[in-house]
Amino acid sequence: MKIPVTFTLNGTEAAAFADPGQNLLELLRRGLGDLTPKFGCGQGTCGTCTVLIDGEPQLSCLILAETAQGRDVRTTAGLANGPELHPLQTAFMEGFAAQCGYCTPGMLMAAKALLDRNPSPTRDDVIEAISGNLCRCTGYEPIVEAILSAARAPRHSTGRPA
Amino acid sequence: MPVEFRKDLFADERDDNLVEIGKPHIRQDILGHVTGRSPYYDDHLFDGLLHMRCVRSPHHHARIRSIDTSDAERANGVVRIIRPSDVPQNMNTLLALLNFGRDDEPLLTPEKTGYRGEPVLAVIATTEAAARDAVAKVKVDWEELPHVLDVEEALKPGAPVVNATYPNNTFDYHDRYDHQKLRFGDTQAAFTRADHIVEGEYQMSPIEQAPIETCGAIASPETNDRFVCYTSTQALFFSVAVSAKQTALPSSRLHFIGGTVGGGFGGKVDSHHEPLAILGSMLTGRPVKYQWDRAEEMQVGAPRSGERWRIKDGVMNDGRIIAREFTGFFDAGAYTRLTSYGVQKCTGHLPGPYTIPNVASNTYCVFTNRTPSTAMRGFGITGVDFSIECHMDRVADAVGIDPIELRILNAYRDGDMKAHRRTAKNCALIESCQVVAQKSGWALSHDAMAQSSLIGGGIGWRGEIPETVIDFAGEIGERRSNWIDPEPYAGAKQRELVAAGTENEHPATGNAPQREDMVIEAERLGFKVSDGPPNAMPVPGPAPATPPAPADPPIPVAPVPAGTVPPPPAVPTPLNGTGAPRRSTGPGPSLPAAARGAPQPPQPTPEPHPPAPAPVPEPALGTPRPAPTDTAPPAAPDTAPAAPEPAQRPPRRPGVSRFISGPRGRR
Amino acid sequence: MLDVVTTDTLAEAAQSMGARARFLNGGTLVMRAVNYGDQRFDRIVRTREALDHIQARGDRVEIGAGVTMAQIMASRDLAFLAPAARAVGGPAIRNMATVGGNICAPHPYGDLAVALLALDGQVTLADGVSLPLTAYLSNRQGLIRSVSIQRPAGDAFRFRKVSRARPKGISFLSMATHLNRSAGRLSGVRVAYGAMGPDPTRVSAVERALEGATLDATGIAPALNAATEGLNPPDDALASSWYRREVAPIHLRRLLLGEAAR
Repeated sequence: MKIPVTFTLNGTEAAAFADPGQNLLELLRRGLGDLTPKFGCGQGTCGTCTVLIDGEPQLSCLILAETAQGRDVRTTAGLANGPELHPLQTAFMEGFAAQCGYCTPGMLMAAKALLDRNPSPTRDDVIEAISGNLCRCTGYEPIVEAILSAARAPRHSTGRPA
Repeated sequence: MPVEFRKDLFADERDDNLVEIGKPHIRQDILGHVTGRSPYYDDHLFDGLLHMRCVRSPHHHARIRSIDTSDAERANGVVRIIRPSDVPQNMNTLLALLNFGRDDEPLLTPEKTGYRGEPVLAVIATTEAAARDAVAKVKVDWEELPHVLDVEEALKPGAPVVNATYPNNTFDYHDRYDHQKLRFGDTQAAFTRADHIVEGEYQMSPIEQAPIETCGAIASPETNDRFVCYTSTQALFFSVAVSAKQTALPSSRLHFIGGTVGGGFGGKVDSHHEPLAILGSMLTGRPVKYQWDRAEEMQVGAPRSGERWRIKDGVMNDGRIIAREFTGFFDAGAYTRLTSYGVQKCTGHLPGPYTIPNVASNTYCVFTNRTPSTAMRGFGITGVDFSIECHMDRVADAVGIDPIELRILNAYRDGDMKAHRRTAKNCALIESCQVVAQKSGWALSHDAMAQSSLIGGGIGWRGEIPETVIDFAGEIGERRSNWIDPEPYAGAKQRELVAAGTENEHPATGNAPQREDMVIEAERLGFKVSDGPPNAMPVPGPAPATPPAPADPPIPVAPVPAGTVPPPPAVPTPLNGTGAPRRSTGPGPSLPAAARGAPQPPQPTPEPHPPAPAPVPEPALGTPRPAPTDTAPPAAPDTAPAAPEPAQRPPRRPGVSRFISGPRGRR
Repeated sequence: MLDVVTTDTLAEAAQSMGARARFLNGGTLVMRAVNYGDQRFDRIVRTREALDHIQARGDRVEIGAGVTMAQIMASRDLAFLAPAARAVGGPAIRNMATVGGNICAPHPYGDLAVALLALDGQVTLADGVSLPLTAYLSNRQGLIRSVSIQRPAGDAFRFRKVSRARPKGISFLSMATHLNRSAGRLSGVRVAYGAMGPDPTRVSAVERALEGATLDATGIAPALNAATEGLNPPDDALASSWYRREVAPIHLRRLLLGEAAR
């Protein structure tokens, strides 16, 4: 039996039918066509499916889809404002903070959660914030640098949605 | 972390006025990455997508008595079960495309499994969960067999036979030996005059590539009688060819889309997902996805092979290594993927970046009841390099000299002859050692700091192929019926001499793999071979033999001014501003440095390599040596590809699957 | 086909449980099992009842079973427990993983439960029955409503997680202790280990050896000798049984003496 689920996805109302036991990652990808969160492990190890639930990073592969009912869900698809990239996206581009790109959506969401809460993080704060996100191309250094540089970017204070 | 470019090194061999290289650039694909829009294979949506999961062996080694799929067939959402008999060409080996090795691995295994996780059936269902539930309902009656998990245990007579195609548990090299040989000079004579013998054993575990995107493929029928396949492969043309072979479709009917890979590192070469997904699509007429989960990626995904190495060095009191022998074991797991090739790659790398006048190796590609092993970042090289560098430290300790100085003393220099009979060029180990020492505050002698890769190489014995002692021990099956030790020359009933300067193609010396082996078998790619006159691709002939270098006496060490490190010496060869390989003097090996009139810089006194009495071959002189022609790898000019021509139909304009609803506005 | 049952209260949820049901709290364990097609259950039970209270009462604090690791880290009343909560997963996991789930987590998980054991954890179940955490861990029967722990004085509570990767890696060993001292001697000390057996456990041999001892290198020597007495540490992908036995006394010494890890 399909279960109707409605929530806010990147600021817009979204509705889909979930299968019993279906996780939010599958609902976002196949049900709503938001392909930005990725499947990497299905067990909470890799972090590439990270989305923000009511502003906090959570792992969409471990969320029972129907429990997203009424929540505020944000994904990488909602980071840019039209053609205008979020400062984190710009910093990742300029700082070569992605190789294969598969961990990038999760890294960006983990980093956004950090900067939303702490606009001036230390290096240790950044490392802690992405400690649940694996990058197998081992590009951690440029990722940490990019997040720090996005935090310093002037647009940071204005460029993000509340 | 800022990169420091050492433009002072080899400055005259390089054009630094480059437009792109050395300057930061924004990658062309990064906008897709940071917006989450890069189209990985699973980022394509299909209406009515089916999901495939495999029934896998829970045992290291087992025989299938029977399989009962009746409950699974009745389970919710199950559309089709694929059995081994459904696979048009079930047996394959990845490198069959290069005529290297025999088909030894089924896509789905019918009778006997050789590793834990080996697939025996594939279940296709409407959801992933339904496919998982159905897989759990398949009842397999397993008969567990004795297994072998250690490479040296697997070589022993009486070890369980892992892979029926290779009943001796070893990959066959040159259709003759159970290992890959390398013979250069005479290690055994050199050991007798060495001041020290240093031996060590080293081992490296398998390493999983662990890409964040697990391996997978989605296949779907297209309206133009083709199948589209979106895949995570990092070797698209391997995957096309393997799929064409195993599904018995001409490759012109396969429309492959890849190129966006969520991390590969060698683990996305093996091409098992594509043929299975296409087969599923052929049998159901619907789009089918076959994706590993993380547990499968770790357990079933082929890692870098585990390796064990034994190294024996003959070393003089001053640190010069005059002989080195290797005995190496690569754990291929249950089937041949790319480890068989890794062994050859490895053999071309021995004895590491050091100029050693006598080298021998026996390297084995061994089948065990472990997960098959394949490519991973420098496979064939990393494990033995780890072993060599551990061993260099051990040598330094045994002889009592500084470990970095030991490396500089023995390092390859431009023009030196390598053990696999190619001339070393673009060497940089000496400079790397010097920079590392400087950066880490490690004190080196002035003499060591004064050395250069550009000078002293290729002079006298350093540039020559020595007279070489070969043996014929370890023929296929010999070890299993009548045990002989795996070390080089062990159990040799017969030895022969190969004259100095012979750029040998004989398998008993170890030949360079990049020649006749690299012949494409066009039919396997789905191309029809023309019946007309062979339109063979020119196969490069052997490079011209190295001209005999002047037999120089040892070069005296020039005094080095104390205190400062001299700048890199000028190289008399004309500057090459085009970035072409340095010292290139046309095709073939470059001339020894001496022949180019290089200044005589300080360099270690080379091993004089006395014109020793030619080693007397071991008895059995009367035994006829098999004619080399019997054992030479088959050159197959007549099977070289004609101009590619589709086997069945001319290519049509690519169509769009009626099943594709398209990436919903997110491309 | 999976069946999801959502109830208004925890008591109702308890009624809906059964041998083939799993209770969903933060989801980090149950959803993982769902994703991997675990055939041992076909029903998920969850409740709308909020179980996220943190209540300090006297020298004890009661923590709702639905409190997440992140909520522990944000609570002033539970500042002493923050290092143990922070040892669990990365930030996203900590926003999801709950106290109740951690107590029920199989080896090698359950770092927080180790801390709760050292803090004299008492579990209250859905039906209001209370029992010691040690007793609950022996069979894990019943849904947890809350757990009550002792609020430690000063530096009496210590926790240490040992893993191969930093900052986030699965424990191959975790340890917690509560050190009661009177007149310079230890008394009523609690020591608990994680990842050294099938479940987090109190280590009675070490606790006995510390009774009446002084908290210094000489005083704790007998406890270090008894560090793995009565335990049968597992062999797994993270560490061998042998390795766990070898390193346990070293980490126990560092824990007891407050030495920094090297």
